This record gives sequence, structure tokens and C-alpha cells, in this order.
Amino acid sequence: MNDRTLLFLQFILVCMLTACDSEPWNNPHAGGEESLNIVYSSFSERPKHLDPVRSYSSNEYQFLAQIYEPPLQYHYLKRPYTLVPLTAEHLPRVRYLDAAGEPVPSWRTDGIAYSEYIVTIKPGIHYQPHPAFAKDEQGRARYLELQREDLKDVHVLSDFVHTGTRELVAEDYVYQIKRIASPFLHSPIAGVMREYIVGFDAFRNQAGERYRDQPDAWHDLRELVFAGLYVDDRYTYRIRIEGKYPQLVFWLAMPFFSPMPWEAEKFYSQPGMDERNISLNWYPVGTGPFMLAENNPNLRMVMEKNPNFHGERYPSEGEPQDRGNGLLADAGKELPLVHKAVYSLEKENIPYWNKFLQGYYDASGVSSDSFDQAIQFGSQGDIQLTDRMREKDIQLETSVTTSILYMGFNMLDPVVGGDSERARLLRRAISIAVDYEEYISIFANGRGIPAQSPLPPGIFGHVEGEAGVNPHVYDWVNGELKRKDIRYARQLMAEAGYEDGFDRASGKQLVLYFDTPGAGPGAKAHFSWLRKQYQKLGIQLVIRATDYNRFQEKMRKGTGQIFQWGWNADYPDPENFFFLLYGPNSKVQHSGENATNYQNPEFDRLFEQMKNIGNGPHRMQVIQEMTRILQRDAPWLWGFHPKAFSLFHSWYRNVKPNLMANNVLKYKRVDGQLRETRRAEWNRPRYWPLIILSGVLLISFVPAVIGFYRRERGTLR
Amino acid sequence: MIAYIIRRVLYAIPILVGVNVITFLLFFVVNTPDDMARMFLGQKHVTQEQVEDWKTERGYHYPLFYNMQEEGADTIRKTIFYNKSLRLFIFDFGRSDSGRDIGFDITQRMWPSLAIAVPQLLIGLLVAITFALLIAFFRATYIDYWAVVICVALMSISSLFYIIGGQYVMGKILRVVPISGFETGLFGIKFLILPVLIGIVGGIGSSTRWYRTIFLEEMNRDYVRTARAKGIAEQVVLFRHVLRNALIPILTGVVVILPLLFMGSLITESFFGIPGLGSYTIDAINRQDFAIVRSMVFLGAFLYIVGLLLTDISYTVVDPRVRLR
Repeated sequence: MNDRTLLFLQFILVCMLTACDSEPWNNPHAGGEESLNIVYSSFSERPKHLDPVRSYSSNEYQFLAQIYEPPLQYHYLKRPYTLVPLTAEHLPRVRYLDAAGEPVPSWRTDGIAYSEYIVTIKPGIHYQPHPAFAKDEQGRARYLELQREDLKDVHVLSDFVHTGTRELVAEDYVYQIKRIASPFLHSPIAGVMREYIVGFDAFRNQAGERYRDQPDAWHDLRELVFAGLYVDDRYTYRIRIEGKYPQLVFWLAMPFFSPMPWEAEKFYSQPGMDERNISLNWYPVGTGPFMLAENNPNLRMVMEKNPNFHGERYPSEGEPQDRGNGLLADAGKELPLVHKAVYSLEKENIPYWNKFLQGYYDASGVSSDSFDQAIQFGSQGDIQLTDRMREKDIQLETSVTTSILYMGFNMLDPVVGGDSERARLLRRAISIAVDYEEYISIFANGRGIPAQSPLPPGIFGHVEGEAGVNPHVYDWVNGELKRKDIRYARQLMAEAGYEDGFDRASGKQLVLYFDTPGAGPGAKAHFSWLRKQYQKLGIQLVIRATDYNRFQEKMRKGTGQIFQWGWNADYPDPENFFFLLYGPNSKVQHSGENATNYQNPEFDRLFEQMKNIGNGPHRMQVIQEMTRILQRDAPWLWGFHPKAFSLFHSWYRNVKPNLMANNVLKYKRVDGQLRETRRAEWNRPRYWPLIILSGVLLISFVPAVIGFYRRERGTLR
Repeated sequence: MIAYIIRRVLYAIPILVGVNVITFLLFFVVNTPDDMARMFLGQKHVTQEQVEDWKTERGYHYPLFYNMQEEGADTIRKTIFYNKSLRLFIFDFGRSDSGRDIGFDITQRMWPSLAIAVPQLLIGLLVAITFALLIAFFRATYIDYWAVVICVALMSISSLFYIIGGQYVMGKILRVVPISGFETGLFGIKFLILPVLIGIVGGIGSSTRWYRTIFLEEMNRDYVRTARAKGIAEQVVLFRHVLRNALIPILTGVVVILPLLFMGSLITESFFGIPGLGSYTIDAINRQDFAIVRSMVFLGAFLYIVGLLLTDISYTVVDPRVRLR
């Protein structure tokens, strides 16, 4: 071994030893002091839209909701979910008007032609620094009259040297609602809002006419009149809607109703911007606590504290147990509590899970791959963390989601659908036979609760305990839910004319069809289980697996028979679940969300009544009546409400599942020092196996080298 | 040779048209423009009117190949195929269905793909040639026998196993490299180590066996026997004569894949979170983004043709006996 080789080996050795004391080798994040006050999270799919007018998915909301601020938000800690002002001074004032526009007292149930929601925003709120607001010395906009050649050195938004800001005004909210109506922006809620906001369609047509020939140019929507929108003063605006629609306030807490400065839209629509992918769809402009500092959806999204944030305090009240859980430790502190959040692209569960265990992500869900590593069931069937998780001081939070996974019957189908007693008995028998408790245990690792009606816990109208039991499927025995005996289901089948699963009229075995978009090896076990459930009644279940597009097409055309689907609440109101069974919302006839095409005049009448009354005993009574109708008719097998499990490290604070609020990053706090210590402790590199492996490899070459020299020196015999 | 290149370029045109038509047909057999619109607009509250608006804005409201509503050239011009596929021939990839400039995205995402593929190719080549030469030297011995067995074993293992196993051992157990991720600059080198290593280990079995065959073929040639008869040392025979001549098929084999290095690896990029063109393609397929899928398939086909052409040209460079006409 010559001197140079020795020197190189010494260098490697020194590098290895010194590395033991510095940051872990496997750290995927850049280290340093500033990393102490950062939240590390991930996203699995690159966002399609970051424009609040278009975005409608949770993976986009995790960014958008931290940047844009609608007038209202959900209280972080209070349950049931409570709306509180965000940029608004207070909750919107509502006034009711008759057809002539004259005020009507709110207690009146008739004669209300319009409702007006009056929103007053707080003065002094400013937008994040952005080039769209940049002004030169003369006070003229620097970047709103750009030519293509001005952008030759611009590749990303940060290449614009100057930025500016301006105050948030009521006009910005109105501008955004006009954008929802614009035919060029394809807002997913345009179809809903046109039903309610006065003048929506007229505005849409007007904008379509005006800009038909220039769809890509800037559409100055300020110039167009929207009959149902009024700007009363600099900080007050009004939305006029048809009749009553109390659910509008929930929409006002969603990013769709965030303010949009016209300057931003004008800025991004300039020539050359699109070619550089610099668009409103990728570079949001908001007033929220964070702003998007790095937008690389292929790799990483970084949010930094907005220096112009108007300030907000951590809530000082919540549920009774919140204080004991340390959730009020930061009460009254200025938000946000972290100065940065780094979201890395992680497409696969396994690398994400391993990095979470190494301490490189602060929180994680529990996928089925990692469930057994993380969760175990105690002797009483209670959910516990495994010893390995407890050793790492990982915490678990569970919550029942405001969603439902159900199995629907197509009510247009001649066998399982319709309003006949025969079909009703058949549906009820199947509801008993399909054992969702077993399903939850086998396929969801116990993460769910069997549903008794469409309403999940946490939604007004959901009733716990015996009073909430679906009496057609369950009994309440010794304080517990007990599924009715299968013999009772068979009896119902016999009453329906299908004794032992054979059709009395034809003498043939009853064959039903289950349409599903799930296929592939993973779905096989599910299908076998499902067939077994129907077989309990002698029914032969045929699985018709297809891709999701074809499945949707079947649903739209009403050619499916039995299917499984789900719904995740837009807002915490029973209307958002019952509308899935509202007749005029049927999928086949009206392209609505009622996929079973269920239609019951009495239910529809009660729905119309229920949606317009405030939470209270009267509403509860109506809801119970509606629930009774649904349980009797059984258009769905009520399925289950999934439970969300989330794990987080001990240094990640103020974690409380809030299934309605998306703007929760501002409440999170990180003990960076503890995180650094734990990371260093958990990630000490083990390099000795590599040294041994290298040694073995080197030694294995020795016989080859010896053989080579022996052959070289050998003589021919 | 110029005439030959021109001829090959002209041959490429019908191939690319064919690839385009097949991609187009396969895509639209599975997805209708309505499906694409619904996928794009989301699951909730989508009306048929919104679907129609979306299609009109992006030109998916036309018929696929032939527009019977129109007359003259418009019967062809006002079709999805004409609008979406023909512009590719001037390398105008257009915009993705989510509105991003595809050409811009490709220029951004080819670098991470290259950052993995180039070292993987070069180091892999070096290692495989070294092993193959060693094995060839010990031909018909136990070393040769066991080396071939190990090569076959390495070839038989799925690349997914190498990836998950590599992440588990190197990232989780030994903790010497990050499990996944990507960075630019010097800090990013540690993210490249594992995917490059896995790529090399995963490919070493097949390439070593192939190169061994080439070397053995060369070693049985007359000029090698003559060199040995002249008493030239074995290492000189191996490195100066055998290696140099065996490099011709190796080089031409490598040249054909050079252009494809840009395209990245679908699985590796997905598991390691590398923002390259491989994961770009996978994402587009999952999101039914036809604009990106057609662009990537076209680009892949084009680069493959370029690779084949370069291979032919490289023959003339490394072997003076070959002439292209």
C-alpha cells in the first residue's frame, strides 16, 4: 500500500469519525439552527391547483388554507365545530327580504324571497409581499404592464426583485365570488352557488359574452355587474341569495370565498407568464399567516411566515379536557407558532413511515402497511400503541371522521330498488346480513364505527347510544349495539318472497350485482367476504369490477345495482349528508349527488324544512323523523364512519384533530431542541457492517489475485 | 453517411406517426374526454355543463379523428388528434391538462433523472467490465462457475426488492444515507448514493454476464492466441487487446441507451421521491393527463430512434471497416 492510498484511507476514517458528532448522515432535511422552529411534513401528490377558485381537495387545502383567509374559520379547539370570525369583525349579519326587497323578520317562515349576508372585515389587514403590488418611486405599479421581453431573466416568481403589499378590502372578496361565477375558471362549486346567489347566471353569461374571444387575457371582473353582490364600503360587502340558505356561512369558511386582489390576476395573466408556469394556480397571494416561499411541487413546498400577517392569538378556550391535554398551554400567544413548514414529496408509504420513525417527519397517519408496527389491541379490545412506539414517546390521536362509507342500492333497479314492501324487506335483510362490524375489524383494522344513519358523530342530529340505534338492523343489548340475528334476516327474505334466497315467482336463485371500481389482487379478499355475506341469505352476488370512469358512468346512467361509495363532509351540517338522499338531487335525473336515486316525498319535504332551520330541538325532531324514514326504507347499507389515526412525536405540540378546519398549521408548535436530540440519538450511523463488508469483498479478491499471479508465473506442462 | 442519416430520419417519421396514433388510440379507449374532465374537475358537485366547458376550453370537444360536422380541411383539422398530436412533430408539447407548460417541465425534470442515470451508467459500466474481465480470466474455474451463479441470482431478483431492501438496510438499519429524497447542489450527493448503488447492483448481474460473453468470444480469437504465443503478459493481453476490441459491441450497446437516460426510471424515481421524468410520466398516467402522456411517449420514441441512429454512427467511429451508405 503506497503513501497516497494510506493518506486517502486516513481521510475517509477521519470523515467517518467526525461525522459521528455532526448531524445524522441520513437526515433528508438541511440542518442548522434555523431548522429548530420548522414543521416537517409531506405531500403525496402534487397539487393540481393552488387557485382558491378551483381547488377542492385536502392535499391542496393543506397549503392553500394557510395562505388564503376567507372571512370565517372553525374554532380550533371547540366541539361541536363552531364558526368564528377570521378576517371578519364578527359572524355575518343576516337579513331577510321579501320579493320587493323589503326586510322581513327572521322568525317568518313564509314570504322570504332573499337573504342577505353582510360581512364586515377588519381594517388594517395586508397581503403578503408580492410583485403584483410593487410600486415605483412615482407610485405606479412596477409589474402590471410587462411585455414578453421584460421576462427574459425571469424563471420563477422570486426573480422579480421588488415586492409590495396593500390593504385587504371588501372588493377583493366580491372579486373572488365573481371569479367563482366566471365560465373560464371552472370553479367546482359554481353549480351549487348558481342555485343560491342572486344574479349568478346572468353574471356568468355576461362574462362569457364579454371575454369569449380572449379567454386567456385578464378578465377585469370589477367592470361587470353582479346583481347579488354589493360593496357597501371599504370593509363591508353583502351577498344576496335566493330564499334561505343558512349553510352559506359554512361556505364562507372555505378557501373558495377567500379574497383575491385584482392586481394578482392581472399580474399573472401578462404575456410570457404562462410559459414559465408563473400563474395564480401555482403562486398564491394571500393574507394568511404563511406564504409559499418555495413552490416546487415535484420535490418540496416550503411555507414561511408572512411578515405582513395581521396577527391572531392562540385560542384560550376549548373543550374541558383540552387544558389537561396541554392544548391551552399556548393560550393567548401570537400565531403562527412556527416560522416555517417544509412539505416534501413522498409518494410511497414505506419511505415516509421509516422517516417518521427516524424523527424526520413530525406526524404520520397509520397506513395498513404499518398498522401492526404502530397499534395493538389490549385485552379489552382497546387501542394502544405498541411498545416500540411508546419507547419513542410517540403519541396517538384518534377521531371519528365526518364521513361515511356506505353501500347503496340503486332505487331505480327493479329488484333491489323501488318503494315496494318486497324491495324494502329485501334491502333490510341484506342490511342485517352484511356484517359491517366484521368488515371494520378485517379490512379497516378496527378503525371505524358502524353507522346507524348518514350522520356521523360530530354532526348535529347524530344521536349516540340506544336512542340512535337503527332498529331495523341492530338491537341494544346490555348497553351495547348488537346486530340482529341472521335468522331474522332470513325471515325478512321469506316475507319478501325470497325464501332461502330463491325467488318464489321464478323458482330461481336470486342473483344480485355489485358494481365496484376496485379491482386487482388487493380487492379479492374484499369481494370474497362480500359474497359470503350475501350467501348467508342464499343470494348469489356477482361482482362487476371496472375502472373508476366506467363505474361513474354506470352511476350516472343508473345501470348499477349495488355499489359502495363514500362521502366526506364539506361542512358540519346535517344538510350536507341528507342531501345525498334528497330526491331532486338524484344522479340519473338531475346529475346530483344522490347516487342511489332515492326519492321519498315525505323525506324530501322534511329535508326542505330541515335545511332552513337553525340547530335546536325543532331541527332535531325533524332530523329524527327523516332518519326514521331512511332506516325504514334502507336505500343504503349504512356502512361505517372511518376513524382517523394519527401519530405524532413528543416534540410536536397542540395536536388536536379538527376535521373541518384546514388552516391549522398556525396553531402547531415544535420543540426543536428535543427533536434535534432525538434525531441524533435515533440515527447514529452504523458503519462497521460496511467496513466488514468491504473487508470481506477485499478478502474474496485475494484468491483471485493469487490465482492470477500463479497463472502468470506458471509454466506450460 | 449524410445520405444514410437523412434516410434514417425520414424513416423515423412514419414510426413516430405510428407511435402517436397507437398512444392516442390506447389512451382514448380507456379514457373518454368526459372522464378526463371529471378527473380534473374533481368528484363533488360537477355538472355536465362544467364538463362541456372544460372540454371546449382544452379542445377535447372535437371528435377524435374525423369531424363530420365540418367540411374540407376542417374535417381533419378540427379533431382532437390533429390538435393534440401533430404539433409534437415540431416539438411543441403544449400545455398539460392542468395548465402547465410541458416543455418547461421537461427541461426542469430531466436533470434529476440524469443525476441518477449518468453515474449509474458510468459506474455500473466500470464495475461490470471489471467483474466480467475477471470472470473471463478465470474461465472454466470455480470462480467463473460461482460468479455466473451469483449473476443469475442477481438478475432474478425484482428491482422493487432491491429498492425496498436497500432503503431498509442502508437508510433504516445502517442509517448512512437518507431513505429517500432529492436535493440539488453538494448537499444532494447523499441522496444519489442509494439509488445509484441500487441501480448498479440491480443491473450488474445481466451486464456482467453479457460482457463476460463478449470477452470470452474475444479471448478465443487468433490475435489473442498470437499475443500469448509471443509471450505477452496476461494483463497486457487482457487490457490492451481483449478489452479494446471487446469495447466495440459494449460501446454500441451503451450508445443506444444514452438518449433514454433522459427519460428516467419509473419505479426508482417514485420510491426515492426523485422529481425526474419517470415520476412525471407515472403521475400523468395516474391523473389521466393525456397531454403529458402523449408528449412523454413521443419523446421516448424519438429518443430511442436517435439512440439507434447514434449506434449506427458509432459503429463507423469505432470500427473503420464499417461504412454507412
